[in-house]
Amino acid sequence: MLDKTLPLSDVAGKLESGMTIGIGGWGSRRKPMALVKEILRSDVTDLTVVAFGGPDVGLLARAGKIRKLVYGFVSLDSIPLDPNFTRARERGEIPETSEYDEGMFVAGLRAGANRLSFQPIRAGLGSDVMAMNPDLKTVRSPYDEEEYVAVPGLRLDVSLIHLNRADAAGNGQYLGPDPYFDDLFAMAADSTIMSVEQIVSTDDLTAKAPPQTLLVPRIFVDHVVEAPGGAHFTSCDPDYGRDEEFQKAYVAAAKSDSDEQWTEFEERYL
Amino acid sequence: MTTQTITRADICVAAVSDAFKGSGEVLAHAVGIVPAIGVRLAKATHTPELALSDGEAFMMAEAPPLLKTAAAGGTPEAWVPFRSIFDIVASGRRHSMMGASQIDRHGNQNISSIGDWRQPKRQLIGVRGAPGNTVNHRVDYWVAKHSARIFVESVDVASGVGNDRAVGTAGRFHDLGVIVTNLAVFGYDDSGVIKVVSIHPGVTPEELQEATGFPIDATDAPLTREPTPDELKIIEAEDPKGLRFKEVP
Repeated sequence: MLDKTLPLSDVAGKLESGMTIGIGGWGSRRKPMALVKEILRSDVTDLTVVAFGGPDVGLLARAGKIRKLVYGFVSLDSIPLDPNFTRARERGEIPETSEYDEGMFVAGLRAGANRLSFQPIRAGLGSDVMAMNPDLKTVRSPYDEEEYVAVPGLRLDVSLIHLNRADAAGNGQYLGPDPYFDDLFAMAADSTIMSVEQIVSTDDLTAKAPPQTLLVPRIFVDHVVEAPGGAHFTSCDPDYGRDEEFQKAYVAAAKSDSDEQWTEFEERYL
Repeated sequence: MTTQTITRADICVAAVSDAFKGSGEVLAHAVGIVPAIGVRLAKATHTPELALSDGEAFMMAEAPPLLKTAAAGGTPEAWVPFRSIFDIVASGRRHSMMGASQIDRHGNQNISSIGDWRQPKRQLIGVRGAPGNTVNHRVDYWVAKHSARIFVESVDVASGVGNDRAVGTAGRFHDLGVIVTNLAVFGYDDSGVIKVVSIHPGVTPEELQEATGFPIDATDAPLTREPTPDELKIIEAEDPKGLRFKEVP
């Protein structure tokens, strides 16, 4: 059987500065935090980050590793704003941003996954998303008089996702209420690194859960990393919920006026 | 006999409920505590066909406890993870009541950032689904703390599309309904400009004008209705802990 398992410590070696990296999950839910920490520990930088943002974006922004951010929002869910992200934006520390409507973001990923140059969508028309993204163009329907936003395909060099289970061949399984867009991130990327709570045998994947939970097929996965607690402090239902206390500590440190308090938190965290 | 004093929060909940009257069999999307109670009230009274969300991945036949997800109780009736939500938005079978950090007289809404978006004075959450919601289905707004900082001459980032920008394809399914605040209910006149629909009992027209950053006329505005005793029972049952009073003291 194919064995795509990769030690966590080898993850950074698969990444390079300047890459476009997609990060799965949603807000502060099932974020591949163990993989993100590997980026933070490495000298990989100058990244284009594509994400439904949570603390992954906050941490990478605070570390100065984001050259361009493509996002629909950045939120910690139970705490609406991530202070590391807002601070980086307010100080102009993210050189380039592409703020999209959430539906546009999905359209861009779909186009990327389908190897299309764009996908049409109604969302964005009339809004300042067009002004904030001056490269965005509209497209006239060849069938009627409608005009849509042509969201350019988002192609990713690497996607980082975190699921509940996988086999060593890279078949990924989610067991929570929402798959988010992790399969789409994998399909839109040239290479996908998937961390999971636990690597099990292929038989075990469907021993207790229906086959519909098999979200990400191995044909879209290059590396599987076993990382128990790998989404902490974001949620990874049903294995664990969000660590709200830890998230509060993260926010307090990020908000602090003293860089020392943040550095102390970051060192402890890493 | 005791006379019960109707709270401002309960008046707001009833106004939210009224906003969903006649919405039909659509997914009700409600951001905020008062809106969350208001859509439950609408479903329990005049619009039983409304579909409620648990705020996560399910439509709920029986809603979970307020502000909780299906994991805490209730009866799911459909699985609607985020990937389905954007398709539901595009289908039009949805009615949103969203929040707003800024709103202008044409109903443009901002939740993205304050100041120049290139390097904002204050970065907020991002445009989220506001651009898509406003060009696809009915959208109302909820403002818990009505002020001239929110009701502004012009918004810094038009996240939700206002009436003046809803032209061509952007206007095809564009449908701004009402703005419920802790002081009043706004609608839009024939030219798409905000007008006062009703003013809450205890609020003066002068007070409302002072809290609004552009001229409005509330001199002839009727009072927002009070909830009925039956409605008050439902509100109390949905929010026994009084979470609504944290939003509207």
